[in-house]
This record gives sequence, structure tokens and C-alpha cells, in this order.
Amino acid sequence: MIATFAALAESNRFRIVELLRGGNRSVNELVNRLHLPQPQVSKHLRVLREAGVVEVEPRAQQRLYRVRPEALRECHAWLERYRGLWDRRLDALDRVVHDLKEKEKPHDRRTRK
Amino acid sequence: MIAEPESRTRGHQTTMEQRGDRELIITRRFDAPARIVFEAWTRADLVAQWWAPQSRGVSITSCEAEVRPGGRYRYVLRTGKGETVAFSGAYLEVEPPTRVVYTQIFEPVPGPPVLVTVTFEERDGGTDLTALEVYPSKEVLEMVLATGMETGMRETMDQLAALLGRLG
Repeated sequence: MIATFAALAESNRFRIVELLRGGNRSVNELVNRLHLPQPQVSKHLRVLREAGVVEVEPRAQQRLYRVRPEALRECHAWLERYRGLWDRRLDALDRVVHDLKEKEKPHDRRTRK
Repeated sequence: MIAEPESRTRGHQTTMEQRGDRELIITRRFDAPARIVFEAWTRADLVAQWWAPQSRGVSITSCEAEVRPGGRYRYVLRTGKGETVAFSGAYLEVEPPTRVVYTQIFEPVPGPPVLVTVTFEERDGGTDLTALEVYPSKEVLEMVLATGMETGMRETMDQLAALLGRLG
């Protein structure tokens, strides 16, 4: 997880992943799209590959890079994790709100608790 | 993309939706008037009771908020590992009990702030709360989701700090 984050935190690597989401591409296509020197693109691809975010299409004549579906599934799991944090936080807020409401009606103890 | 609520939730359900590539919308209903929910959301001594994800061993050590336009707030948290991190920002709009707009910075991560707009809509005796988080870039949003903040506060805060050092 942290490796994926580290790999994506660099803006050019993030752009590479965005481009690869649109389809598999060779290094040269990425170089043309990104307007970056080829050695720099290759270096970014190596980092992404080591982090498990992209892989080389094995059967292609040309070396085509693609996003690993597992990495994308991980991305989808991120949203659910963050929602989980907010869910617990808002459960706690719910209790605070409930306490405040109870304090406002000291003469009406029958309804709750 | 909408994350499905879990059924075990005690109160009402929390929903989270990603809009575009740098906005998150969080909603939740509360069984109380808007003025009470607004107070609980903004008053520092009350924020201290709910803002930290305590189930992750995180606690709030200090909570200060000057809730007026131009005023600032700072929430200091201690992680389960004893590290101290803080969220802070400034209030841009304060309109009790319906709306509050503020910036938010997670201090370990330098850069432009997240813009948070919270609205409190009273309906049938309850309040629909909506928090809109607008991130400075999709990279920052991805980063927040990647660390989950939760994960970040749980056990990888030191990894994150080390990582930010390397990236810096």
C-alpha cells in the first residue's frame, strides 16, 4: 500500500498511470505524450513496476506497459477505508449530539435512556 | 463511485461519494436540530470528543478553535505509537447553524490546503449534514485515500514521515 502511494505521489508517475489507464502503451508513446526525456520516463516506469502498479505486457512484440488490475482494485478499496474512518468519527459525533440534546431537556427523562 | 454503507452502523448511515477527481462528499443524518449539530461540529471542547479515530488508538491532546471568519483552529492528535500530528486551518465562512467553510492542512504534509464546506440542513426534526472536501489536486486526494488517514494514523505514520522526507 505504502509502495503504491509512494509511486503515485510523484506527479509524472501519476500522469503515466493515468495514460496507461486509457490503454497499454510503449515507452516511446509515453515519451511523446509526456514531453519528458526517455531515460526519465524509463526510470519512472521502473519505480512503478517495482511498486507493482504497472507491468510489461509479456506477449507483445513491442514492450507495452499496462496498469495491473490488482493495483486498481487497491485504489477502489481506498475510498471504502476512508469512508470507514468517517463512519466511526460520525458515530462519535452522533453520541456528542445525543448528549447535547439530552442536556437541553432535563425535565423530560421518559423518552430516552 | 459510491462506497456502500455498512449495516452495523449504530446511528444513521455515512455515505461517501467521489465527485470528479478531487472532490469528496460525505453525508450523514443526525436526530437533532441543526444548531446542536453545528455546535458539536465546531466547538473545540466538543470536537475533542469525536474527531480522533479512537478505535485506532488515536487521541486528541489539544483542540483549539476560534470559530469566526478569519479565525483559526488546530487539532493536535497523538497516534497509538505516541507520535504527535496536527490538523489546522482557517475559517472562511461561519453561518450558524447552516454552514461553515474552512481550510484544512494535515501539517505533516506541506502544500495547499483542502477546502471544506459543511452544510447543516434541518428536516423533520433532524439534520442532514453534508461535508464537501475539495482537494488541491487529484494527487493529494489519491494520497489521502491511499493512506486512508486511518492507516496513516494507525501504524504507518512513521513510514509516511520517512516517505515524505524522501519525496521532499
